[in-house]
Amino acid sequence: MEQFTRIILLFVSTVLVNNFVLIRFLGICPFLGISKQVETAFSMGLATTFVMTLTGAATWLINTFILEALQLPFLQYVSFIMVIASLVQFVEMFIKKTSPVLYKALGIYLPLITTNCAILGLALLIPLNGYNFIESIVFGFSAGVGFTLAIVLLAGLRETLEFGDVPEVLKGVPITLILAGIMAMAFMGFSGLISI
Amino acid sequence: MQLWNDFKNGLWQENPIFRLVIGLCPTLAVTNTAINGLAMGLATSFVLLASEIVISTIKKLIPNDVRIPSYILIIATFVTFVDYFLKAFFPAVAVSLSLFVPLIVVNCLILGRQEAFASKNPVHRSIADALGMGLGFTWVLVLLSIVRELLGMGAVFGFQVLGDWYQPMIIMILPAGAFISLGILVGIMNYIARKGVRK
Repeated sequence: MEQFTRIILLFVSTVLVNNFVLIRFLGICPFLGISKQVETAFSMGLATTFVMTLTGAATWLINTFILEALQLPFLQYVSFIMVIASLVQFVEMFIKKTSPVLYKALGIYLPLITTNCAILGLALLIPLNGYNFIESIVFGFSAGVGFTLAIVLLAGLRETLEFGDVPEVLKGVPITLILAGIMAMAFMGFSGLISI
Repeated sequence: MQLWNDFKNGLWQENPIFRLVIGLCPTLAVTNTAINGLAMGLATSFVLLASEIVISTIKKLIPNDVRIPSYILIIATFVTFVDYFLKAFFPAVAVSLSLFVPLIVVNCLILGRQEAFASKNPVHRSIADALGMGLGFTWVLVLLSIVRELLGMGAVFGFQVLGDWYQPMIIMILPAGAFISLGILVGIMNYIARKGVRK
Protein backbone atom coordinates (compact mmCIF):
# COMPACT_ATOMS: atom_id res chain seq x y z
CA MET A 1 0.00 0.00 0.00
CA GLU A 2 2.80 2.36 0.90
CA GLN A 3 4.48 1.61 -2.40
CA PHE A 4 1.24 2.43 -4.18
CA THR A 5 0.93 5.82 -2.47
CA ARG A 6 4.52 6.58 -3.35
CA ILE A 7 3.85 5.89 -7.00
CA ILE A 8 0.76 8.12 -7.07
CA LEU A 9 2.75 10.90 -5.40
CA LEU A 10 5.60 10.43 -7.85
CA PHE A 11 3.14 10.74 -10.73
CA VAL A 12 1.53 13.96 -9.48
CA SER A 13 4.87 15.46 -8.55
CA THR A 14 6.42 14.75 -11.96
CA VAL A 15 3.43 15.96 -13.97
CA LEU A 16 2.63 19.14 -12.05
CA VAL A 17 5.13 20.16 -9.40
CA ASN A 18 8.36 19.36 -11.23
CA ASN A 19 7.03 19.63 -14.75
CA PHE A 20 9.81 18.60 -17.11
CA VAL A 21 9.35 21.48 -19.51
CA LEU A 22 8.26 24.43 -17.42
CA ILE A 23 10.16 23.85 -14.19
CA ARG A 24 13.15 21.69 -15.18
CA PHE A 25 13.72 23.22 -18.66
CA LEU A 26 14.01 19.89 -20.45
CA GLY A 27 12.68 19.49 -23.96
CA ILE A 28 12.41 23.18 -24.81
CA CYS A 29 13.27 22.68 -28.49
CA PRO A 30 10.20 20.60 -29.44
CA PHE A 31 8.16 22.61 -26.93
CA LEU A 32 8.75 25.78 -28.93
CA GLY A 33 9.18 24.19 -32.34
CA ILE A 34 6.18 21.90 -32.57
CA SER A 35 3.50 23.82 -30.72
CA LYS A 36 1.81 25.71 -33.52
CA GLN A 37 -1.23 23.42 -33.69
CA VAL A 38 -2.92 21.47 -30.93
CA GLU A 39 -3.24 18.35 -33.06
CA THR A 40 0.43 17.95 -33.99
CA ALA A 41 1.46 18.98 -30.49
CA PHE A 42 -0.65 16.16 -29.12
CA SER A 43 0.87 13.60 -31.52
CA MET A 44 4.32 14.74 -30.51
CA GLY A 45 3.40 14.44 -26.85
CA LEU A 46 2.07 10.94 -27.43
CA ALA A 47 5.20 9.75 -29.23
CA THR A 48 7.43 11.31 -26.58
CA THR A 49 5.46 9.72 -23.74
CA PHE A 50 5.79 6.34 -25.42
CA VAL A 51 9.55 6.65 -25.85
CA MET A 52 9.98 8.06 -22.35
CA THR A 53 8.20 5.14 -20.71
CA LEU A 54 10.41 2.67 -22.60
CA THR A 55 13.51 4.74 -21.84
CA GLY A 56 12.67 4.68 -18.15
CA ALA A 57 12.62 0.89 -18.16
CA ALA A 58 15.62 0.41 -20.46
CA THR A 59 17.98 2.81 -18.73
CA TRP A 60 17.20 1.38 -15.31
CA LEU A 61 18.04 -2.12 -16.54
CA ILE A 62 21.25 -1.00 -18.21
CA ASN A 63 22.37 1.15 -15.34
CA THR A 64 21.73 -1.51 -12.71
CA PHE A 65 22.85 -4.66 -14.48
CA ILE A 66 25.64 -3.39 -16.71
CA LEU A 67 27.05 -0.03 -15.66
CA GLU A 68 26.82 -0.50 -11.89
CA ALA A 69 27.56 -4.19 -11.91
CA LEU A 70 30.72 -3.72 -13.98
CA GLN A 71 31.61 -0.34 -12.43
CA LEU A 72 31.61 1.66 -15.63
CA PRO A 73 29.98 4.95 -14.59
CA PHE A 74 32.03 6.96 -17.09
CA LEU A 75 30.23 5.18 -19.93
CA GLN A 76 26.87 6.45 -18.69
CA TYR A 77 26.36 9.28 -21.20
CA VAL A 78 27.63 7.33 -24.18
CA SER A 79 25.58 4.24 -23.43
CA PHE A 80 22.38 6.12 -22.55
CA ILE A 81 22.38 8.14 -25.74
CA MET A 82 22.99 4.98 -27.77
CA VAL A 83 20.12 3.23 -26.01
CA ILE A 84 17.81 6.15 -26.70
CA ALA A 85 18.82 6.40 -30.37
CA SER A 86 18.29 2.71 -30.97
CA LEU A 87 15.04 2.72 -28.98
CA VAL A 88 13.67 5.52 -31.12
CA GLN A 89 14.74 3.66 -34.25
CA PHE A 90 13.08 0.49 -32.97
CA VAL A 91 9.85 2.28 -32.05
CA GLU A 92 9.79 3.86 -35.50
CA MET A 93 10.13 0.48 -37.22
CA PHE A 94 7.55 -1.10 -34.93
CA ILE A 95 4.94 1.61 -35.49
CA LYS A 96 5.58 1.57 -39.23
CA LYS A 97 4.82 -2.16 -39.36
CA THR A 98 1.87 -2.28 -36.98
CA SER A 99 0.07 1.02 -37.44
CA PRO A 100 0.75 2.94 -40.64
CA VAL A 101 -1.90 5.52 -39.66
CA LEU A 102 -0.14 6.45 -36.45
CA TYR A 103 3.19 6.39 -38.28
CA LYS A 104 1.91 8.91 -40.76
CA ALA A 105 0.48 11.13 -38.03
CA LEU A 106 3.79 11.25 -36.16
CA GLY A 107 5.87 11.64 -39.31
CA ILE A 108 9.12 13.50 -38.85
CA TYR A 109 8.65 13.92 -35.11
CA LEU A 110 9.65 10.35 -34.33
CA PRO A 111 13.35 10.54 -35.29
CA LEU A 112 13.56 14.00 -33.74
CA ILE A 113 12.84 12.54 -30.33
CA THR A 114 16.43 11.28 -30.11
CA THR A 115 17.76 14.81 -29.67
CA ASN A 116 15.03 15.82 -27.24
CA CYS A 117 16.95 16.58 -24.09
CA ALA A 118 13.97 15.61 -21.96
CA ILE A 119 14.66 11.96 -22.82
CA LEU A 120 18.35 11.98 -21.93
CA GLY A 121 17.53 14.13 -18.90
CA LEU A 122 15.06 11.49 -17.78
CA ALA A 123 17.63 8.73 -18.26
CA LEU A 124 20.17 10.65 -16.17
CA LEU A 125 17.70 11.52 -13.41
CA ILE A 126 16.82 7.88 -12.77
CA PRO A 127 20.18 6.80 -11.28
CA LEU A 128 20.48 10.22 -9.61
CA ASN A 129 17.20 9.81 -7.75
CA GLY A 130 17.74 6.12 -7.04
CA TYR A 131 14.40 4.89 -8.34
CA ASN A 132 13.57 1.18 -8.52
CA PHE A 133 12.31 -0.54 -11.67
CA ILE A 134 8.59 0.22 -11.22
CA GLU A 135 9.29 3.79 -10.15
CA SER A 136 11.49 4.31 -13.20
CA ILE A 137 8.68 3.28 -15.53
CA VAL A 138 6.17 5.49 -13.71
CA PHE A 139 8.65 8.35 -13.72
CA GLY A 140 9.15 8.00 -17.48
CA PHE A 141 5.44 7.81 -18.14
CA SER A 142 4.53 10.77 -15.95
CA ALA A 143 7.37 12.88 -17.39
CA GLY A 144 5.81 12.21 -20.81
CA VAL A 145 2.36 13.17 -19.55
CA GLY A 146 3.77 16.39 -18.13
CA PHE A 147 5.48 17.16 -21.44
CA THR A 148 2.23 16.50 -23.35
CA LEU A 149 0.26 18.69 -20.96
CA ALA A 150 2.66 21.61 -21.36
CA ILE A 151 2.99 21.38 -25.14
CA VAL A 152 -0.78 21.02 -25.74
CA LEU A 153 -1.54 23.97 -23.44
CA LEU A 154 1.02 26.13 -25.23
CA ALA A 155 -0.32 25.09 -28.63
CA GLY A 156 -3.82 26.06 -27.52
CA LEU A 157 -2.60 29.49 -26.44
CA ARG A 158 -0.65 29.99 -29.66
CA GLU A 159 -3.67 29.07 -31.80
CA THR A 160 -5.69 31.75 -30.05
CA LEU A 161 -2.85 34.23 -30.32
CA GLU A 162 -2.94 33.95 -34.12
CA PHE A 163 -5.83 36.41 -34.00
CA GLY A 164 -4.19 38.69 -31.47
CA ASP A 165 -2.49 41.95 -32.22
CA VAL A 166 1.17 41.24 -31.43
CA PRO A 167 3.84 43.93 -31.93
CA GLU A 168 5.86 43.25 -35.06
CA VAL A 169 9.22 42.65 -33.32
CA LEU A 170 7.73 40.21 -30.83
CA LYS A 171 6.10 37.95 -33.44
CA GLY A 172 7.19 34.32 -33.53
CA VAL A 173 9.75 33.18 -31.01
CA PRO A 174 9.74 36.11 -28.53
CA ILE A 175 6.01 36.08 -27.85
CA THR A 176 6.05 32.29 -27.53
CA LEU A 177 8.79 32.53 -24.92
CA ILE A 178 6.85 35.15 -22.99
CA LEU A 179 3.73 32.96 -23.14
CA ALA A 180 5.75 30.04 -21.83
CA GLY A 181 7.01 32.27 -19.03
CA ILE A 182 3.47 33.12 -17.98
CA MET A 183 2.63 29.40 -18.08
CA ALA A 184 5.66 28.64 -15.92
CA MET A 185 4.41 31.21 -13.43
CA ALA A 186 1.07 29.43 -13.31
CA PHE A 187 2.82 26.08 -12.76
CA MET A 188 4.82 27.59 -9.91
CA GLY A 189 1.52 27.65 -8.06
CA PHE A 190 1.85 23.87 -7.72
CA SER A 191 5.16 24.03 -5.91
CA GLY A 192 4.94 22.78 -2.37
CA LEU A 193 1.84 20.77 -3.24
CA ILE A 194 3.65 17.56 -2.32
CA SER A 195 7.22 16.73 -1.49
CA ILE A 196 9.00 13.41 -1.72
CA MET B 1 39.34 36.49 -45.14
CA GLN B 2 37.24 33.43 -45.57
CA LEU B 3 38.25 32.23 -42.12
CA TRP B 4 37.26 35.58 -40.64
CA ASN B 5 33.85 35.31 -42.30
CA ASP B 6 33.36 31.78 -40.94
CA PHE B 7 34.22 33.08 -37.50
CA LYS B 8 32.08 36.21 -37.66
CA ASN B 9 29.08 34.27 -38.91
CA GLY B 10 28.26 32.76 -35.52
CA LEU B 11 28.58 35.99 -33.59
CA TRP B 12 25.65 37.79 -35.11
CA GLN B 13 24.43 36.80 -38.57
CA GLU B 14 23.75 33.17 -37.69
CA ASN B 15 23.86 33.54 -33.94
CA PRO B 16 22.74 30.16 -32.57
CA ILE B 17 20.27 31.60 -30.07
CA PHE B 18 18.92 34.78 -31.66
CA ARG B 19 18.92 33.75 -35.31
CA LEU B 20 18.81 29.96 -35.42
CA VAL B 21 16.93 29.56 -32.10
CA ILE B 22 18.66 26.32 -31.14
CA GLY B 23 20.20 25.11 -27.91
CA LEU B 24 17.58 26.79 -25.76
CA CYS B 25 17.43 24.29 -22.88
CA PRO B 26 20.78 25.23 -21.34
CA THR B 27 20.21 28.86 -22.30
CA LEU B 28 17.16 29.01 -20.10
CA ALA B 29 18.19 26.65 -17.36
CA VAL B 30 21.65 27.74 -16.29
CA THR B 31 21.49 31.51 -16.77
CA ASN B 32 20.37 32.31 -13.22
CA THR B 33 23.84 33.61 -12.34
CA ALA B 34 26.53 35.07 -14.58
CA ILE B 35 29.13 32.52 -13.48
CA ASN B 36 26.89 29.62 -14.45
CA GLY B 37 26.13 31.21 -17.80
CA LEU B 38 29.81 31.75 -18.55
CA ALA B 39 30.78 28.23 -17.47
CA MET B 40 28.04 26.67 -19.58
CA GLY B 41 29.06 28.77 -22.59
CA LEU B 42 32.70 27.76 -22.29
CA ALA B 43 31.91 24.08 -21.72
CA THR B 44 29.68 24.00 -24.79
CA SER B 45 32.27 25.88 -26.87
CA PHE B 46 34.96 23.40 -25.90
CA VAL B 47 32.84 20.39 -26.88
CA LEU B 48 31.86 22.10 -30.11
CA LEU B 49 35.46 22.92 -31.01
CA ALA B 50 36.86 19.50 -30.12
CA SER B 51 34.18 17.55 -31.94
CA GLU B 52 34.32 19.78 -35.03
CA ILE B 53 38.08 19.20 -35.24
CA VAL B 54 37.72 15.42 -34.92
CA ILE B 55 34.78 15.12 -37.27
CA SER B 56 36.16 17.32 -40.02
CA THR B 57 39.41 15.34 -39.82
CA ILE B 58 37.86 11.90 -40.10
CA LYS B 59 34.76 12.81 -42.13
CA LYS B 60 35.82 10.63 -45.08
CA LEU B 61 36.07 7.57 -42.86
CA ILE B 62 32.52 7.79 -41.49
CA PRO B 63 29.96 5.92 -43.62
CA ASN B 64 27.09 8.18 -44.56
CA ASP B 65 24.35 5.92 -43.16
CA VAL B 66 25.66 5.88 -39.62
CA ARG B 67 27.01 9.40 -39.47
CA ILE B 68 24.53 10.75 -36.90
CA PRO B 69 25.20 8.00 -34.31
CA SER B 70 28.94 8.39 -34.93
CA TYR B 71 28.75 12.15 -34.37
CA ILE B 72 26.77 11.67 -31.17
CA LEU B 73 29.33 9.15 -29.89
CA ILE B 74 32.20 11.56 -30.53
CA ILE B 75 30.30 14.40 -28.87
CA ALA B 76 29.37 12.23 -25.88
CA THR B 77 33.02 11.31 -25.36
CA PHE B 78 34.06 14.95 -25.13
CA VAL B 79 31.12 15.76 -22.87
CA THR B 80 32.22 13.01 -20.47
CA PHE B 81 35.67 14.59 -20.53
CA VAL B 82 34.29 18.07 -19.69
CA ASP B 83 32.07 16.65 -16.97
CA TYR B 84 34.95 14.93 -15.17
CA PHE B 85 37.14 18.01 -15.64
CA LEU B 86 34.53 20.29 -14.02
CA LYS B 87 33.93 17.83 -11.18
CA ALA B 88 37.65 17.67 -10.46
CA PHE B 89 38.62 21.35 -10.74
CA PHE B 90 35.41 23.36 -10.30
CA PRO B 91 33.17 21.24 -8.09
CA ALA B 92 30.91 24.17 -7.14
CA VAL B 93 30.19 24.98 -10.79
CA ALA B 94 29.63 21.30 -11.56
CA VAL B 95 27.03 21.08 -8.79
CA SER B 96 25.10 24.15 -9.93
CA LEU B 97 25.08 23.10 -13.59
CA SER B 98 24.25 19.53 -12.52
CA LEU B 99 22.22 17.79 -15.20
CA PHE B 100 22.97 20.31 -17.90
CA VAL B 101 26.60 19.31 -18.38
CA PRO B 102 25.72 15.80 -19.64
CA LEU B 103 22.87 17.33 -21.61
CA ILE B 104 25.40 19.12 -23.83
CA VAL B 105 25.35 15.80 -25.73
CA VAL B 106 21.91 16.54 -27.11
CA ASN B 107 22.41 20.28 -27.59
CA CYS B 108 21.14 20.69 -31.13
CA LEU B 109 23.70 23.44 -31.73
CA ILE B 110 26.59 20.97 -31.56
CA LEU B 111 25.07 18.22 -33.66
CA GLY B 112 23.71 20.81 -36.07
CA ARG B 113 27.14 22.34 -36.72
CA GLN B 114 28.67 18.92 -37.36
CA GLU B 115 26.01 18.16 -39.92
CA ALA B 116 25.92 21.62 -41.50
CA PHE B 117 29.59 22.55 -41.38
CA ALA B 118 32.24 20.15 -40.09
CA SER B 119 31.14 17.29 -42.34
CA LYS B 120 31.58 19.42 -45.46
CA ASN B 121 34.54 21.68 -44.75
CA PRO B 122 38.28 21.32 -44.04
CA VAL B 123 39.70 21.42 -40.53
CA HIS B 124 40.90 25.03 -40.42
CA ARG B 125 37.53 26.39 -41.51
CA SER B 126 35.76 24.14 -39.02
CA ILE B 127 37.91 25.56 -36.22
CA ALA B 128 36.92 29.11 -37.23
CA ASP B 129 33.28 28.10 -37.37
CA ALA B 130 33.39 26.39 -33.96
CA LEU B 131 35.09 29.38 -32.34
CA GLY B 132 32.57 31.79 -33.82
CA MET B 133 29.53 29.70 -32.92
CA GLY B 134 30.88 28.95 -29.45
CA LEU B 135 31.58 32.60 -28.78
CA GLY B 136 28.18 33.58 -30.21
CA PHE B 137 26.51 31.12 -27.85
CA THR B 138 28.61 32.25 -24.88
CA TRP B 139 28.01 35.98 -25.20
CA VAL B 140 24.25 35.53 -25.35
CA LEU B 141 24.35 33.26 -22.29
CA VAL B 142 26.46 35.75 -20.37
CA LEU B 143 24.27 38.70 -21.39
CA LEU B 144 21.08 36.89 -20.39
CA SER B 145 22.54 35.72 -17.09
CA ILE B 146 23.83 39.19 -16.21
CA VAL B 147 20.36 40.63 -16.81
CA ARG B 148 18.74 37.92 -14.73
CA GLU B 149 21.25 38.02 -11.89
CA LEU B 150 21.13 41.83 -11.72
CA LEU B 151 17.35 42.00 -11.59
CA GLY B 152 16.89 38.87 -9.51
CA MET B 153 19.58 39.37 -6.87
CA GLY B 154 21.04 42.82 -7.52
CA ALA B 155 24.43 41.27 -8.22
CA VAL B 156 26.74 40.54 -11.16
CA PHE B 157 29.22 37.63 -11.04
CA GLY B 158 28.38 37.31 -7.36
CA PHE B 159 29.28 40.91 -6.46
CA GLN B 160 26.52 43.02 -4.99
CA VAL B 161 26.11 45.94 -7.40
CA LEU B 162 22.80 47.45 -6.48
CA GLY B 163 22.45 48.80 -2.97
CA ASP B 164 19.96 48.08 -0.21
CA TRP B 165 17.33 50.28 -1.86
CA TYR B 166 16.85 47.67 -4.56
CA GLN B 167 14.11 45.13 -3.95
CA PRO B 168 15.24 41.97 -5.86
CA MET B 169 12.73 40.49 -8.25
CA ILE B 170 12.93 36.86 -7.24
CA ILE B 171 10.89 35.87 -10.29
CA MET B 172 13.86 36.65 -12.55
CA ILE B 173 15.99 33.81 -11.21
CA LEU B 174 13.06 31.39 -11.27
CA PRO B 175 12.00 29.47 -14.42
CA ALA B 176 9.29 31.96 -15.40
CA GLY B 177 11.79 34.82 -15.43
CA ALA B 178 14.08 32.86 -17.75
CA PHE B 179 11.39 32.50 -20.41
CA ILE B 180 10.21 36.08 -20.16
CA SER B 181 13.64 37.71 -20.17
CA LEU B 182 14.85 35.62 -23.11
CA GLY B 183 11.63 36.48 -24.96
CA ILE B 184 12.16 40.19 -24.43
CA LEU B 185 15.85 39.90 -25.32
CA VAL B 186 15.06 38.15 -28.62
CA GLY B 187 12.49 40.88 -29.29
CA ILE B 188 15.11 43.60 -28.71
CA MET B 189 17.58 41.81 -31.00
CA ASN B 190 14.90 41.58 -33.70
CA TYR B 191 14.36 45.31 -33.34
CA ILE B 192 18.09 46.05 -33.67
CA ALA B 193 18.46 43.71 -36.65
CA ARG B 194 15.50 45.35 -38.37
CA LYS B 195 16.85 48.83 -37.80
CA GLY B 196 20.15 47.74 -39.32
CA VAL B 197 18.37 46.53 -42.45
CA ARG B 198 16.44 49.78 -42.89
CA LYS B 199 19.64 51.80 -42.87
